[in-house]
Parts: sequence; C-alpha cells; structure tokens
Amino acid sequence: MRILVGTSKGLILWEKDEQGWSISQVFFEGMPVSLVYVDELSGIWWASLAHRHWGQKIQYSKDEGKSWVSVVEMPRYPSDAVLSSGKRAKLKKIWSIQQRGTDIDEGIWLGTEPGGLFFNSASEEKFQLVEALWNHPSRVDENQWFGAGRDHPFIHSILVDPRDSDHIYIGVSCAGVFETTNRGKSWRPKNEGLIAAYLPNPNAEVGHDPHAMQLVRSQPDVIWQQNHCGIFKTINGGGEWQRLSEPGITPHYGFALAIDHENSQRAWVIPAMSDEERIAPGLQLKVYRTEDGGKSWEGLTRGLPQQFAFDIVFRHSFAGAGNTLVFGSTTGNLFLSEDAGDSWEVLSNYLARIESVVLLPD
Amino acid sequence: MPRIHFTSALSRFFPGLAEESCKGLTVREVVDEIEIKYPGIKDFILDEEGKLRKHVNIFVGEKVIHDRDKLSDSLSTDSEVLIFQALSGG
Repeated sequence: MRILVGTSKGLILWEKDEQGWSISQVFFEGMPVSLVYVDELSGIWWASLAHRHWGQKIQYSKDEGKSWVSVVEMPRYPSDAVLSSGKRAKLKKIWSIQQRGTDIDEGIWLGTEPGGLFFNSASEEKFQLVEALWNHPSRVDENQWFGAGRDHPFIHSILVDPRDSDHIYIGVSCAGVFETTNRGKSWRPKNEGLIAAYLPNPNAEVGHDPHAMQLVRSQPDVIWQQNHCGIFKTINGGGEWQRLSEPGITPHYGFALAIDHENSQRAWVIPAMSDEERIAPGLQLKVYRTEDGGKSWEGLTRGLPQQFAFDIVFRHSFAGAGNTLVFGSTTGNLFLSEDAGDSWEVLSNYLARIESVVLLPD
Repeated sequence: MPRIHFTSALSRFFPGLAEESCKGLTVREVVDEIEIKYPGIKDFILDEEGKLRKHVNIFVGEKVIHDRDKLSDSLSTDSEVLIFQALSGG
C-alpha cells in the first residue's frame, strides 16, 4: 500500500516497508498541489497545480512519478461562456478529476470552478466543455448556481456508474446533484430530499450544497453525500435522498467522506464544528463510522488528538480501501488507520495544508 | 533585436529556458514568438483572454508595460523585455 498526499507545498509519496511508513519521494516541491488523482484503469497519476502566479495547470505521469508531462492544452472556457455577472468565464480551479468506466477505452473528466465540466476523450486530445451542463437552464436562466466559500460554483464530485460510462452524477457547490444518462448530452437535477437551509425554499430543486459525494461501486445506486446541511444517502440513484444526521446529536456538518465499496452500509465522516467555526468540534478530532447505513454513528478517537485540535479535513483529503483509511488535515497532520478507524497512527505533523489524499493498493 | 529575459521561476516548468532575441516589435509579438519555442509558456503568462495574468509583470527596460490587456506596448530593436512574477507571500 502507498499513499499520495497533495499539499499546498508539494506532492508526497508514502510507502510502507518492514520499518513502517515513510516518505519515499516528494514531487512538485514547494508548489501548490490542489488535487491528486490516480486513474486506476490506466495507472496514470494526475496532479493539479494551483499556481498563484501562473494559473491552473495539470501534469500527469504514466510511470508512477518517474516523469511528469504538462498538459499544454488546458481546459478552456469558450470565449462566449459568461458568468451570471456577465463577465467572461475563466478557469479558476480544477476541483475534480475522474476516470471513465471499464466499458470505454479512454476518457477523463474534469470538474472545475466556475462551474464547467470538461471531458477529454483522448482521441480529441483536448478537454471540451460539456455544453449541455454549462447551458443548463438552472444555471443560465434561473441563476440557481452560485458560489459558497468561493466566488463561483464548482464541480467537486464526478461519479461514473461502473456499469455504464454514459451514466454520470456530478456534485456542484452550490447547485446540487445532476445526472446524465447519455454521457453529458442532457442533465437533470437529482436533489429530491436534500435540504438547503440557507435558501428561502430549503426544498428547492436546485441550489443545494453537496460538499462531497461517493458512489458504492458494488451497489452503484447507493450514493453517500456529506452536504452543507447534513449527511445524506440515496439508495435509488438519487431518486430520493435521506438525511442521516441531526445537528447536535450526530456528526452533521463537514467535508470529508469515505465509504466501503464492498459494503454499502459502512461509511466514515470527519465533521467540522459548523459553517461559521471551521474547526474540529470541541477542538477534538474525531472520525465517525456507521455500520448500519447511517442509522447510527460511532465516534472513533484512539490515536487522534482530543484537545486543542484545530484541524478540519477537506473533501478530497479522506480515502479508504477496505479497512485502511487515511486522512490529512488543513493543519498538515496525516493520520492512518489499518483497522477501519478503531485506532489511528500519526504519519506526520509537519506537512503543509493537505488538499487531497489517494490510497494506492499494492 | 529586442532581448527577452525570464524570471528563474519559469525555468522550473521550461527547462532550458534562456534569454532570447526576438523579431517582434510589440510585447504581444514577442510573447507569441516565445510560445513557438516554448509551447505552453504563453498560458503561464497570459490568461484565457490573452491578458497579462494578475500576478505577472512584464517590464520593458525598467518600466512595467502600460497595456496589460492587449500587450500593445511597442519595442525598439534594443529593448530589454523582462517577464517577472509579482511578489506575494504565503
């Protein structure tokens, strides 16, 4: 097992040997790695770099980091793509990278801010804006997409149905969940049951704030969601979402979510205090696990700091594979569990802000 | 011919980046020329609209260029053009 950790100051590879876990390599030293993603089908490692001076860039490696190639043709919004303000849309940030399913040979999706989804089919060798989503009436006519925490809406989750690469869900902050069954030619909102407590109509069709979404590969109609307004799950492909949390009683607000792809009843979250106070609740860092589909949540603390912990965990900074879990925090702490969260080991307290983690099974 | 110089920070992304002599007689023409030699470098310097990125500066001699949108500032054959990143913290 290996771990890739994308931080605000570099991409770090951890490996385990007889001595335990250690850093074996640092890539992009000193550079802001805003996202790392591994395409399990092709083996390609992807890294998004959010340069402060030079704009958003993407590099990929086909040899597990031995060499990296820059994407020269970055995803580009068409010159007539405009925001609700009337200003021209420009690429602000890469928020998600997602491989296609096994039923097609090539293809990679990118979710971006200010709200554009891009697809690169490899044959075209270029990232193309998915026009039908960009021109969706909810964004263009109804102005129901908006920024939260950021100036503009962004697509942070792209879920490809493992049975059918044409069937995709995306999560947009803020707009909500959208589904296509024809690889992006048309889209419909899938937000029934979600709650947007900050809107005049909390049950609006569009305007929701999913923070992170994960689809259970062995049961692709089951999708977990950590939302601004609680933890939700659907068991019918987004037909209806059920809230699994209560403020003050269960974990509720947060960003990080990990699931068990073999057991749709098991998932983990790492809550933050609240929208206003983005710290570990009570300054105690806790992971919560459910084994019953979200009916109950167990707080897991062994090995985690239980006082004066200011950490929160971003949406791409929590990963799981079987009983192995890893997460990294905004304060540069990296924690690992090899027993499904029962106990945690500190891998480092000295990293920069952790933006994303990936577990690489052997 | 105008000479163009680059911040060393760009060398990290474009190994072999060195001072260049260019034929162009506006900043825009010079940037277009260096893109041919170093594919992708323009995207580091300019945004999607072709405007100078917010945190990048281009100097001609000791003066920052006036036209950050169209890069129409003219050059003479002995101009020294410097592409720098603006200073920032963090």
